[in-house]
Amino acid sequence: MATTLFDKVWDRHVITGKAGEPQLLYVDLHLIHEVTSPQPFDGLRESGRQLRRPDRTFATIDHNVPTAPQPVTTIADVKDQIARRQIETLQKNCRDFGVHLADIGDADQGIVHVIGPHLGLTQPGRLIVCGDSHTSTHGALGALAFGIGTSEIEHVFTTQTIWQVKPKNLGVHLTGHLAPGVFAKDIVMALIAKYGTNFAEGYALEFYGPTIADLSIESRLTLTNMIIEGGAKMAMIQPDQTTFDYLRGRRYAPKDYEQAVAEWQQFKTDSPAAFDRIIELDVSNLAPYVSWGTNPAMALPCDATLPAIADQNMARAYQYMDLQPGQAITTIPINWLFIGSCTNGRLSDLQEAAKILAGHHLAPGVQAWVVPGSRAVQRAAERLGLDQIFKAAGCEWRDPGCSACLAMNPDKVPAGKHCASTTNRNFEGRQGPGARTHLASPAMVAAAGIYGHFVDVRQFYEQE
Amino acid sequence: MEKFTVHQGTPMPIMNDDIDTDQLLPKQFLKRLTKRGYGDVLFYEWRYQADGVTPQENFILNEPARQQASILITGDNFGIGSSREHAVWALRDWGFKAIIAGSFGPILYMNCTKNGVLPIELEQAARETLSELPPTAKVTIDLVHQTVKCGALSWKFTINPAWKEKFLKGEDDIDQTMKFADQIAAYEAQMSPYQ
Repeated sequence: MATTLFDKVWDRHVITGKAGEPQLLYVDLHLIHEVTSPQPFDGLRESGRQLRRPDRTFATIDHNVPTAPQPVTTIADVKDQIARRQIETLQKNCRDFGVHLADIGDADQGIVHVIGPHLGLTQPGRLIVCGDSHTSTHGALGALAFGIGTSEIEHVFTTQTIWQVKPKNLGVHLTGHLAPGVFAKDIVMALIAKYGTNFAEGYALEFYGPTIADLSIESRLTLTNMIIEGGAKMAMIQPDQTTFDYLRGRRYAPKDYEQAVAEWQQFKTDSPAAFDRIIELDVSNLAPYVSWGTNPAMALPCDATLPAIADQNMARAYQYMDLQPGQAITTIPINWLFIGSCTNGRLSDLQEAAKILAGHHLAPGVQAWVVPGSRAVQRAAERLGLDQIFKAAGCEWRDPGCSACLAMNPDKVPAGKHCASTTNRNFEGRQGPGARTHLASPAMVAAAGIYGHFVDVRQFYEQE
Repeated sequence: MEKFTVHQGTPMPIMNDDIDTDQLLPKQFLKRLTKRGYGDVLFYEWRYQADGVTPQENFILNEPARQQASILITGDNFGIGSSREHAVWALRDWGFKAIIAGSFGPILYMNCTKNGVLPIELEQAARETLSELPPTAKVTIDLVHQTVKCGALSWKFTINPAWKEKFLKGEDDIDQTMKFADQIAAYEAQMSPYQ
């Protein structure tokens, strides 16, 4: 019987249980961070249970860490006392239980979904979990990865396993080439805008088709990262030569690399007939997308006008965002930019934004934060001089972390401000109480900063 | 986890679709180190005025007649967004025993099964009927027979038999899994060096 990439990786991890019922799966890698791990570590202490595999557990600090004033290199730089206590708790827990921690100031520190692939921890065929919904990101390299809750974290700590019911298979077939100025972010936003915030619930999703071959690993990571906003707890892409070239030589990549690649090449979907459902998207004529409302499905091509109010959810969104039906997307006033996050905080994202901003300055009254996804991204960007481009344009160049994507640290967009953001969620209050988030690609966000409103960024690429 | 067999309680209708975890439990409360005590910050932004203390008069969670409610009636895609289990702890700590929605965010659904908060999927017409019941209406959820009843009204719901069993027994997952310790060790002994 034809099986999918997902079936193959899932099936190799089943310890017990039948399809349709909860199955016990082995967890190859458990990524942890400061916010969702304190209670599970306490649980271990209370029950006297052991952390079964510290060698398969990897920790970093990302959600709470401040990004300014710089440099943020020690715990003393964390001024919020409650955040500081949470970070100190993770430091102590990692010491007590023998877990490797990419700590504040460490050269490897960064957003968990940025550092996993970068360090080569994320590999094809692995099952990876993390107490964070954007764990689906790691599937871009052919891993089976998903977010888990705090009780599940404690379960993985103790047993190195997790109970899950196998979802069905959804194939998203991407065809055509993206136009200059249109990116993976626009593909994933277009899918969610068209099919809704729950179209992939109950499915493991695989992106496949000719478009994938064009996409770098960093672009693929954007796809598998943000598709959780369409309900796909797990999303994957078949590992190919691009994947093998990307992982070669990375810190935690296998040393006998050719043998590993030989194993990884078996992880593929035999035939589209193996999918339970298929969605087709031709990306050839895709426009850049912008969100206008308070969930990621409330998004439109940048040349569109805002829709009529169809229900109470939309009425509430219009009220929160202070926008009117019929208004053009390009007339939304932009006062703030945020460039960063596990969706678009990688080097290529910063390069695209810098390309647009080079030689320009932010419009009067626009404030911008650029937050690299990790120390490694920060260093690489600085070697290329991107920090100088951002600063010359009037942006703040900051230290790495999750930052204003979820605004747990001091980076909050003020109430009432419209923020063009390269992040993944535009929920009410997501970037700060009363903040109004507009999701878009790094290039779109950068261009909006120059004009003080959204413009179709494809025009920048026509001039080239 | 507390057992769930039959529960009788009163309804709290919050019929918005796509209620996300940032609305259920905003991020500033994720810095806490505990698993309990989140009831007073459930729906924080909708529930309090800008000072964070004064209740919003027009939000149903603050209505005196609804303070004993234990069954949340809501829209589609309840609990989308982050994996924070704190959102379910807040629902539980407020006093909710069950949530009746059109559908659930997949991670929040699993988190409900770890905390004794029963997630029930019912079609829109049923939820609309339930949402119009008076605050004193007695709604009975019978997990054994998989029914939601109120007076002459009755609806069936489906649930994976394994999750049903877990609710009925109030089992701790880890104890359950430790029964498979030998299989886990055997798995580790044969797994690929590249895993």
